[in-house]
Amino acid sequence: MLTIDRATHDAIIAHARRDHPDEACGVVAGPIGSDVPARFIPMLNAAMSPTFYEFDSGDLLKLYREMDDRDEEPVVVYHSHTSTEAYPSRTDISLAGEPGAHYVLVSTRDGADLGGPVEFRSYRIVDGEVTEEEVHIVDSYADDGFTDVEATQQKAEH
Amino acid sequence: MAIEVRIPTILRTYTGGERAVEGSGATVSELIDKLESDHPGIKERLLENGEARRFVNIYVNDEDIRFTGGLDTAVADGDNVVILPAVAGGAV
Repeated sequence: MLTIDRATHDAIIAHARRDHPDEACGVVAGPIGSDVPARFIPMLNAAMSPTFYEFDSGDLLKLYREMDDRDEEPVVVYHSHTSTEAYPSRTDISLAGEPGAHYVLVSTRDGADLGGPVEFRSYRIVDGEVTEEEVHIVDSYADDGFTDVEATQQKAEH
Repeated sequence: MAIEVRIPTILRTYTGGERAVEGSGATVSELIDKLESDHPGIKERLLENGEARRFVNIYVNDEDIRFTGGLDTAVADGDNVVILPAVAGGAV
């Protein structure tokens, strides 16, 4: 299960809306071993493409050095699909290089740039195996399990 | 002094979990051969048909080797090398 705070969840969706029709991508870093996506880091899609994303190689090195310095790891790796569902493609699966991360996919195919809905789903991708997981949205991590009355599990919108 | 090589999470199965290992060689190509002799199997994850894989980034002293001569990029004791899988994908 991915537990994510509402502000970060909303920031991912806003990024995807903004970059539509190109794919948006980024990372949410958190303390190593915490499984808490705490620091939202939108990245530039160097491919600037509606069907592909790739972090710029210089940006990638800078990102990993920064996470190393802060004892962080990529808890979430996210990207958008802009004309297909929020499910990992073959490319996504073959290139997934962070077995410990939650891979979040959002889809902006239903007019998200005009305010339409955005599908938000999360997966584990390990050794080519995709496992979808629940998304648990909390108001803040401190409240998780106590006052997360608004917690929802977002389902695919077909 | 040796060359420090930072290993990404996904390749640490080849290094017994180590985040960084030491290597040697005069070029990146030789360094990878040395890594392979110490950590069998790792080379295949870095190279494909004798070329650096498209979706694996190798940096020597913070420079992506794609811009510095590829596998022929010179390395020397005291250099630091970072290996990072590309973060990439997409709908097709």
